[in-house]
Amino acid sequence: MNNILQAIDVHKAYAAHVALNGVSLDIPERSIFGLLGPNGAGKTSLIRIITQITGADAGEIRFRGEKLNPSHIAHIGYLPEERGLYKKMRVGEQLLYLARLKGLSKADATDRIKKWIDRLDLRPWVSKNVEDLSKGMQQKVQFIATVLHEPALIILDEPFSGFDPINANLIKDEILELRERGATIIFSTHRMESVEELCDNIALINRSHKVLDGPVGKIKDTFKTNTYEVEGKGRLMVIHPDFEVLEHKERENGHFYDRIRLHHNTTPNDLLRYLIGNVEIHAFREQIPSINDIFIRRVQETMPETLETANTLL
Amino acid sequence: MEKIWLIIQREYLTRVRKKSFIVVSLLAPLLLAGATLGIAKLNMPSSADEVAVYDGSGLNVLARLAGTDELRFVPAVGASPAAATAAFKKAKPKQAALLVFPAGFSLDTNDGVQLLADGNVSLNRQSNIRKAVNKAVSELKLTRSGLNRQTIDNLRADVELSAVDLSQLGGRKNNVAATTGTAYLLSIMVYMFIFIYGVQVMRGVAEEKSNRIMEVMMSSVKPFQLMMGKILGIAAVVLTQFAIWMMLSYTITTVVAPLLMSTPKADVKTSVAAATTSSDASVAASAPDAPMSKAPQPGGPVNLWSMFEGLPIGSIIGGFLFFFLGGYLLYSSMFAAIGAAVDDQTDAQQFMFPVTIPLILSYIVSINVIINGDPNGPLAFWLSMIPFTSPIAMVMRLPFGVPLWQLLLSGVLLVVGFIFTTWLAGRIYRVGVLMYGKKVNYRELSRWMFYKG
Repeated sequence: MNNILQAIDVHKAYAAHVALNGVSLDIPERSIFGLLGPNGAGKTSLIRIITQITGADAGEIRFRGEKLNPSHIAHIGYLPEERGLYKKMRVGEQLLYLARLKGLSKADATDRIKKWIDRLDLRPWVSKNVEDLSKGMQQKVQFIATVLHEPALIILDEPFSGFDPINANLIKDEILELRERGATIIFSTHRMESVEELCDNIALINRSHKVLDGPVGKIKDTFKTNTYEVEGKGRLMVIHPDFEVLEHKERENGHFYDRIRLHHNTTPNDLLRYLIGNVEIHAFREQIPSINDIFIRRVQETMPETLETANTLL
Repeated sequence: MEKIWLIIQREYLTRVRKKSFIVVSLLAPLLLAGATLGIAKLNMPSSADEVAVYDGSGLNVLARLAGTDELRFVPAVGASPAAATAAFKKAKPKQAALLVFPAGFSLDTNDGVQLLADGNVSLNRQSNIRKAVNKAVSELKLTRSGLNRQTIDNLRADVELSAVDLSQLGGRKNNVAATTGTAYLLSIMVYMFIFIYGVQVMRGVAEEKSNRIMEVMMSSVKPFQLMMGKILGIAAVVLTQFAIWMMLSYTITTVVAPLLMSTPKADVKTSVAAATTSSDASVAASAPDAPMSKAPQPGGPVNLWSMFEGLPIGSIIGGFLFFFLGGYLLYSSMFAAIGAAVDDQTDAQQFMFPVTIPLILSYIVSINVIINGDPNGPLAFWLSMIPFTSPIAMVMRLPFGVPLWQLLLSGVLLVVGFIFTTWLAGRIYRVGVLMYGKKVNYRELSRWMFYKG
């Protein structure tokens, strides 16, 4: 798979602190990429380098193999965490203005604005000033402004913060649709659970370092702990050389909940066979680590000294 | 470049379409013209230009009192000071004051002359009356000493000064009032417009920052493009406003004003009456014996623009536009930097102060130079060379005539000046626009200037 964007050993320092310390990323074409990490990890700095708002101190960004240059601005759409529009400008004019700044011709822009306006039910609002719109409407307008020039790379910083659930779902669908049509999307967020199910690939950033990256499925596999959750009824007394009970909860009417880790070379079926012989099983499932858990484990392993700050920020 | 053009368009159109712009553009010249006409009307000799004279001295001073256009002496009604006072009170709206020479007044003592009026008589009028009385009394004294009328008239020196500016080709005559007035008006306009529109630039930037649209914009355009687009867009707004004002005031003063100002009275004389001749040669030829300020046009319409004849109009308009734009670019870029540096407009105050000091200083000094000083003196010269003060100081000097080399030098310095401030402001702007929640101080600002990237 081709990479739409590559970051190679990017460094960025501000007067008081280092924002990015040798971060390298590969973002495959036509994928949804999660850029995850606590606040202040360096995500926004990286995004601002990609969007050419600032430059990197060292390292290189490549867009489709070319060194990043101003001609790429037209191929990137950016929805910043801090949303904002010109309040005293009409919706239609505002979209036209922002689209033309991205290099679209007036005719093209007008055409596409019409389509998006209809798609997101904004028709009655086109000639209203932005300040007369509800917050949700404004966010729709902002989303349109981000994707109007049909960028190959769409960067959404904290995409669902501030969207109400209905709009969030609407936007989620639009994002998936955009990927279908060939766009690559970067999600940047500190709320990892909000994008977990959408992302194909992720990179975890903590304290200006990349701590982990790769396809989500693969990462989850790697961080699986061979732990299973069991719910059932009966008296479960597991002292077995092949399993270890991590957690045991007694519930009313003889119900229980256990977390059991399998030892090496033991399969879930072995555990099941054992359980069937001893208790009545109501539920049996593998415990899949969340990205959040993985992040914390990874930080624990690689930079334990920063764990506390990472935890409080998450 | 195309992006700057788009930004200029947006900044221009959003402002020009505002109701406030239309209202100000249309109303300001009307108000200004109204006020000017009102003042001119008030300045026109009122019916109360008569001073009643009660002469109890028997010297017949009244016959010797020479009136002027603003002052006429008429005999008081009544045989005693008291009767004259009573009559004056009745005639009051028509008569401005009552001048009383008491019975005991003599040429030896000169005592006891009184000026009675309801309320105060203006200093100017008092002084005119005093002059007339002094003149009359000295004539009486001269007559008493044996000189005849003819001799007295021959002895009288009545010199009118007519200032001629030799630097102008053909020796144009100076209309001091028009020159000073124009100088004053030009400096006030440059001062006000730099201030008003500079602050508009600052507000615009601060608005973009607090609207949080800055980051979206920054992902499409360079900070410098956005800053320059805004500055130039607003400059275009100012120029549009100027154009509207010029056209409106010209229309008002040439078409409407004559209708209002022309009165049937033959003795109308306004302060703006000017030479009726327009060609330089004829003006020069008639210069020595035709005092410019005394060219009454009895009964005829008053052309307000004719007083500007003799001023270097071309260089005034050209110079005004150039120095206004230069000054505006210089100051508005600094205002833009302030807008970018602060989160909150109330924080802007502390940074605005040092920026506006040279502006205010040059304004005050220029006004003083116009009133008391020498528009070509060293103070005026140096202020009109320093880019921070030259926009105001130089336009102040324009109507008085400025040597070409000084204009060029000052112009070049101003261009260098605004390129420098724009560059500096651009560096602060670029860092400031994306900096939120940080209290900025001067040390911080100076650090931004040297940020890389």
